[in-house]
Amino acid sequence: MDQLNLTMVNWARAQFALTAMYHWLFVPLTLGLSFLLAFFETLYVKTGKEEWKRITRFWMLLFAINFAIGVATGIILEFQFGTNWSNYSWMVGDIFGAPLAAEGIFAFFLEATFFAVMFFGWERVSKKTHLFATWMVAIGSNLSALWILVANAWMQYPVGMNFNPAKARFEMANFWEVLFSPVAISKFTHATTSSFQLASLFVVGISAWFLLKKRHQNMAKKSIIVASVFGLLSSAFVIFTGDEAAYTNARVQPMKLAAFEGLYDGEAGAGLVAAGIINSKKKPGDNQDPFLFEVKFPGLLSLLANRETGSFVPGINDLVYGNKEHNIMGVSEKIANGKIAIELLSQYKKALKENNPARAEKALANFNNYKEYLGFGYLASPEEATPPVALTFYSFHIMVILGTLFPIIFLLFLFYALKGSIIQKRWLLRLGLFSIPLAYVASQAGWIVAEVGRQPWTIQNLLPVSVARSNLTPGTVQTTFFLFLVLFTILLIAEIRIMLKQIQIGPDFSGMPEDD
Amino acid sequence: MFGKLDLMQLQQLWWVVVSLVGSLFLFLTFVQGGQTLVTSVAKTDLEKSLIINSIGRKWELTFTTLVLFGGALFAAFPLFYATSFGGAYWVWIAILFTFVVQAVSFEFRKKPGNLLGPSTYEHFLFLNGSVGILLIGAAVGTFFTGSLFQLDDYNLVMWQHPLRGLEAAFNPFNLALGFFLVFLARSLGAMYLINNIDFRLEMMRDFDKRIRKAAFGNLLAGLPFLLFVLLKLAYMDGFALDPASGNVQIESGKYLHNLKAMPAASAFLALGLILVVIGVFSCRFSRTKASIWFGGLGAVLVGLAIFFTAGFNNTPFYPSAFDLNSSLSIYNASSSRYTLTAMSYIALAVPFVLGYIAYFWHLMDREKLSTGEVSDFNTKETY
Repeated sequence: MDQLNLTMVNWARAQFALTAMYHWLFVPLTLGLSFLLAFFETLYVKTGKEEWKRITRFWMLLFAINFAIGVATGIILEFQFGTNWSNYSWMVGDIFGAPLAAEGIFAFFLEATFFAVMFFGWERVSKKTHLFATWMVAIGSNLSALWILVANAWMQYPVGMNFNPAKARFEMANFWEVLFSPVAISKFTHATTSSFQLASLFVVGISAWFLLKKRHQNMAKKSIIVASVFGLLSSAFVIFTGDEAAYTNARVQPMKLAAFEGLYDGEAGAGLVAAGIINSKKKPGDNQDPFLFEVKFPGLLSLLANRETGSFVPGINDLVYGNKEHNIMGVSEKIANGKIAIELLSQYKKALKENNPARAEKALANFNNYKEYLGFGYLASPEEATPPVALTFYSFHIMVILGTLFPIIFLLFLFYALKGSIIQKRWLLRLGLFSIPLAYVASQAGWIVAEVGRQPWTIQNLLPVSVARSNLTPGTVQTTFFLFLVLFTILLIAEIRIMLKQIQIGPDFSGMPEDD
Repeated sequence: MFGKLDLMQLQQLWWVVVSLVGSLFLFLTFVQGGQTLVTSVAKTDLEKSLIINSIGRKWELTFTTLVLFGGALFAAFPLFYATSFGGAYWVWIAILFTFVVQAVSFEFRKKPGNLLGPSTYEHFLFLNGSVGILLIGAAVGTFFTGSLFQLDDYNLVMWQHPLRGLEAAFNPFNLALGFFLVFLARSLGAMYLINNIDFRLEMMRDFDKRIRKAAFGNLLAGLPFLLFVLLKLAYMDGFALDPASGNVQIESGKYLHNLKAMPAASAFLALGLILVVIGVFSCRFSRTKASIWFGGLGAVLVGLAIFFTAGFNNTPFYPSAFDLNSSLSIYNASSSRYTLTAMSYIALAVPFVLGYIAYFWHLMDREKLSTGEVSDFNTKETY
């Protein structure tokens, strides 16, 4: 592959990363806050207390500001598959398009219809209809997450499909396998519950700010209780589903697992790195130490990966160069097989074109023996199969450390809020406020692990990014990259300013007894 | 149920589904049309607020329909998705850009601290309603005029024009279609506002009159473009698919042949245009609030006629004028039989979705949008 195309691919990757990460700044809050709104409003309808309505309306206003920019940044993602990754769109559109269309039909219209009812319908529909609408917004947003995560999971673990050699594309063979793939389930549950954590921290943190400022303390305390219960429950799921995700990773993406643990040489009873600094000079196959410094929990990685402390976890070197003892084929052999597959596929297509069925059949039969390596045929070297280790490693560890910290924060908030002494715990209130950006960091880090850890593949083991691209010049993609960088950054600044202003203005308790 | 259909029937079914979604989008562009009316029809801030809040409660439906249009094309005709988006890069990026800036504008426009000031967001809305719709029209125009691309053996698209899709906007037919859609959207927007806003107060009379005039005036302005499009469509060379060989050739008067061969398409076109005219005339010359339903149904029918003419009767809907045999038809661009079948079951939800949208639309709009509602400083839930 020539340099020009490589540059184009890297700019297209940068653009995808940019737009996806910007979009994901807004999505988790939508996913979690929509449920919190539904809880607040349910309390209003159940108790009939006007106060809960005002609380709901305050958080709903922040929800709406966030929602608008989430929609704005989302549309690019859907069409970007076509614009920048058109070969991908053609080769897997038969499978990948379906969840995207389903997302539109099942989820987006729920959100679009009921958002308007929820936001503008307070005086226009009955109390119960309004509550129904609020719940529908929550269900709709999370359903949309389901479909897009099914699509993403399929890229991590392609199942339920066959390769159609005549069209040179992958075709769906089993819709249910795609929908209920283990990766899809663990991805959906992990991404949504961690988003619930983020939204809960958002509510807890802003409420903590109100308490620090001694404003709207009643609302703040009530919000803290609801959000920390939700956050705590979500945290349990986050840990459980995170463990599940690591286990499925070990089965379907062992390279990703090895990368996020910085494990070069596989071992039985492998330890989990608690903290470490990656040696940036380390390359697969050399003799350098992968870490400048590391602290490990012995046996824990094996436990996490295989649910057995003594079990073998393959490292990057085993996966790249092969390990006969553990029956792992090296990437060079896979590349060789892949190149044969590419050659046979082109022979097959040529024979079809020349109307030579006998030759076509022979080439096809031969191709079928090698087809599972097709994607490897496009790799230039075995080392190319390794994702960026340092970035994956640090992202994973940041995510895990923060993900473990959050339940403690929820627990402390819940404890002191119920005890009634939360206002005196100013250190905790400050920690709550500070945890808002941390939640965003953890959430973004999670996606870096998932996506950077999958490199160089668009679809694991089948389609490397270099083949998935569109036929564009690097300059073209560079231009759109900067276009979106500037636009999204301006919109983000506007959004944050509007949000801060509205928080500062605070909830509207006019006509009610002072809530402090 | 769908399992019994063969591939060709499924491909045709999905072209109908895609056409329907695209045509509903055409109707829903009343939002974009309304966005462009803010500057020309509203004289006061209150009137401006009424327009923006009225269409602001529907914009997400339009937006979502566009996204579904893209998603349905991706799922059912992935080769079109790959070829057009990856090939006609700049025209799609430009369209998307206008929709990105639209999406924040309603919410951000009047909020304190919005960085860019209200007028910037109003310009964003105008940009989306004008340039956005114009370019969508131009892109749809290429379904008839063709584009310059070639597909290699592995279906990777090689675009043959340096403007990467924007060249579509320099073709008179595409441009005329684009302008017609802009004026149609404005006319629909005006009819929608008449339906949605409460004009009973004395101070609203003049505003009511101005909007009704806008519905009429904009259709009138769009008329020359429509006539040009129709005449050109009837007489232009079209692209014809030979079903036996799969080859594509130029056929003169192809689209007129299509309309003749498909009475449904010509009936939709005629009926659709009549309904739009009835809507606009009733809006201008009577006190009715129901014009939008005539205009809207008319727009949907016109849309269906356009898409049917482009894709049925052995016509490649995304023709390549550079390499005829790279042209895409619903037969060579589609997903597999399995996927189309599975998607058909999913599409069974569409009537249900339309049903709840209609029901909640009705619930929300029983009471018309009043001046009090948008000028009430106690509610923050206004745009």
